[in-house]
Amino acid sequence: MAERQSAIEVSSLEKSFDEVEAVRGVSFEVAAGEVFGFLGPNGAGKTTTINMLCTLVKPTGGSARVAGHDVVRERDEVRRNIGLVFQDPTLDGYLSAQQNIELHAELYGIESSLVPERMRQVLEMVGLWDRKDTPVRTFSGGMRRRLEIARGFMHSPRVLFLDEPTIGLDPQTRSSIWRYIRQLKEAEEITIFMTTHYMDEAEFCDRIAIMDRGEIVALDTPEALKARVGADRVKIQTEDDEAAIAALAGRFGIEANVAEGAVAFLVAGGEEFVPRLFAELGVPIKSVSVSRPTLDDVFMSYTGSTIRDAEDSYAKHANKIMMQMMSGGRR
Amino acid sequence: MSAIETTLAPAGPPQPDVVRVHVPPRSLRSELRAMKIVWRRDLIRFRNDRIRIATTLVQPLLFLFVLGSGLQQISSAGTHGVDLKTFIYPGVICLAVMFTAMFSAASIVWDREFGFMREMLVAPVSRSSIVIGKCLGGATVASIQGVILLALAGAVHVPYSPPLLLGMFALMLLLAFAITAFGVMVAARITQMQSFMGVMQMIVMPMFFLAGALYPVTHLPGWLTVLNRIDPLTYAVDPMRRLVFKHLDVSAAAHEALAPGVTWFGWTVPAVLEAAVVLLLGLAMLGVAIWEFGATE
Repeated sequence: MAERQSAIEVSSLEKSFDEVEAVRGVSFEVAAGEVFGFLGPNGAGKTTTINMLCTLVKPTGGSARVAGHDVVRERDEVRRNIGLVFQDPTLDGYLSAQQNIELHAELYGIESSLVPERMRQVLEMVGLWDRKDTPVRTFSGGMRRRLEIARGFMHSPRVLFLDEPTIGLDPQTRSSIWRYIRQLKEAEEITIFMTTHYMDEAEFCDRIAIMDRGEIVALDTPEALKARVGADRVKIQTEDDEAAIAALAGRFGIEANVAEGAVAFLVAGGEEFVPRLFAELGVPIKSVSVSRPTLDDVFMSYTGSTIRDAEDSYAKHANKIMMQMMSGGRR
Repeated sequence: MSAIETTLAPAGPPQPDVVRVHVPPRSLRSELRAMKIVWRRDLIRFRNDRIRIATTLVQPLLFLFVLGSGLQQISSAGTHGVDLKTFIYPGVICLAVMFTAMFSAASIVWDREFGFMREMLVAPVSRSSIVIGKCLGGATVASIQGVILLALAGAVHVPYSPPLLLGMFALMLLLAFAITAFGVMVAARITQMQSFMGVMQMIVMPMFFLAGALYPVTHLPGWLTVLNRIDPLTYAVDPMRRLVFKHLDVSAAAHEALAPGVTWFGWTVPAVLEAAVVLLLGLAMLGVAIWEFGATE
C-alpha cells in the first residue's frame, strides 16, 4: 500500500431510505493519518455516511473507498482495515473487559500469540488494565467508552471510525477520551474519522466537514473555516442602543441587533473598525469587545441554525442510551 | 475549548514498541474461530448466570416431582405399576432443554437491543458463522441444563446405564439445537424482548402439551392424534421415552401401554427416523435463520 494513498475517498455518495434522501451526493477525501471530523445537526446524515463507509449500509448512489477498498464490492477487505466505535454501546455487559477484547480478537482472527500483549497495550492506553477482570456492566459510561475505543483499536485498523465518541459524557471524561484518541493516533499513525456535535471537539480535528440536510456545506481546517466567515463579532454598550443601531445602519451600512444588553454585529477586520466606530458613530460608547468568529459562527453561517438546537435533541438521545444501559445492567 | 484544554494532561510519549497485529483475509480457519468464540460466549454467560440455571430448573422439577407424585394415585391403575415420575421423566427433560435453549436464543434479541449484535455483524466474518456459533452455543448450554436433570435419573427409578445416558444426551443435544435454531429464526424478526418472550411462550407451551410429554401417544382422540403427529417436539420426546423404557424392567403390557412409539397411519416410526426429523427441522430453521441475518444490512 502506497504511503500517499488516501485513507478515505468518497465520490457523490448517496443514500435514500424510501422517499427520504438522507445523504445527497457527498464527495471528499481524507488523507492517511488525518483526524477528520463530521460536524452537523441531528439528522444531517452524519451517521448514515459513517454507516456506508463502514459497510453497514449500502449506498444507493456514488462510490466510496476506505483504506483503498470499495465499500460495496470489497466489503470484507474494508472491514479488516477499519475499527468502529458506535454512538450506542456495543459491549457485552456480562463479560469482563478482557473477555470483550478477547472476543473481538477472535472475531477478527488476530494471531493468538500476539493477543495477550496487544490487549495489555490497548487496555493500558485507556487506563483499564487494572480493571480487566471486572464485568463491564459495572463500568461507568466513560469507562465503557474507553473500553470500546481500546477494542476498536485492538486489531490495528488503518482507519478508526468514531461516531460521537464522547456523547453523554461529562467534560472531564470527554477530555480524557480525547487524550486517549490522540495518544492512540500518535502510536500507530492511523486515520481517524469522527462525527461530533461538540464545537470544542471539532477544534481538535485537522479538517472538518460541516454537514447539513444530507450535504457537505463546508470543508476545511477549523482555522480556515473561521477565517472564511470573514468577519469578527463586535459588541458595544452605548448610552442609546436605538440610536447606535440607526447610526450603524446609516453611516456604515451594518445591520446590528441587541443581544444580552449589548449591540452586536459582524464586521470584517473588527479591530481596525473600532477607531472608526468611536470617531464616526456619534453615540457615546461605554465599552467595546471584539471577538474572532467561533466554530459556532461558522456553523450558523452555513446551516442557518445553532448547534444548540441539535444538542437539545442529542441530550434526549443520550438520556435514552443511559436508560438502556441501566436496564441493561439489570437484565 | 479552554475548559477542555486545561484539563488535558500532556499526551504520553508515543509507545516505542507497539505490538502490531493484522487481520488476515477470511478463511475457513477464521470462520471456525468466529464460530467457536460465539459458542464460547454463550457458555461463559451461562456459567456466570447461576440464577438462570436455578430458575429454569424450577418448572421441570415441579412437573416431575409435584405433578408426578400428586397424580400417581389416580394414574397408578393405568401405568401397570410404573411410577408416573418415570413415565414423564423424558418429557420433563425436553421441557427443561426447551426453556434453556429458548433463553439462549433470546439473548439475540438482547444483543440487538443493547448493541452487541453490531459488534458481531461488522466483524470480517460471515454471518452464517455467527448464527451457527450461536445455535451450537444454545444447544450446548441447554444440554448442560439437561444433564443436571439426567443426574436425577435414580430418583425416578431410571438406571444410570451409560448407553442410556449417552443416548439421552445425544437426543437432548439434537432437541436443544433445533429449538435454538427455531428461537434464532424468530429472533431475527422480532426486535423486542417482551414480544419475543410472548411469542415463544405461545409456541412452546402448546408444543409441550401436544407432544405427549405427559401422556402416551396412542388411543388419543382423533384431533389430538393429528396435532400430536404434527408437533415436532413429539419426535424428540418419543425416542427418549423409548430409550428409557428399553432400559427399564417392566412388563410387556406396561411397555405397550406407555411407550408404544409414534405411529404414522398405523406404521410405527423408527426412533432413528424420529431423531432425523428433529435434525432436519433444526437444519432447515438454521438455514432460514442464516438467510434472515444475511439479508439484514
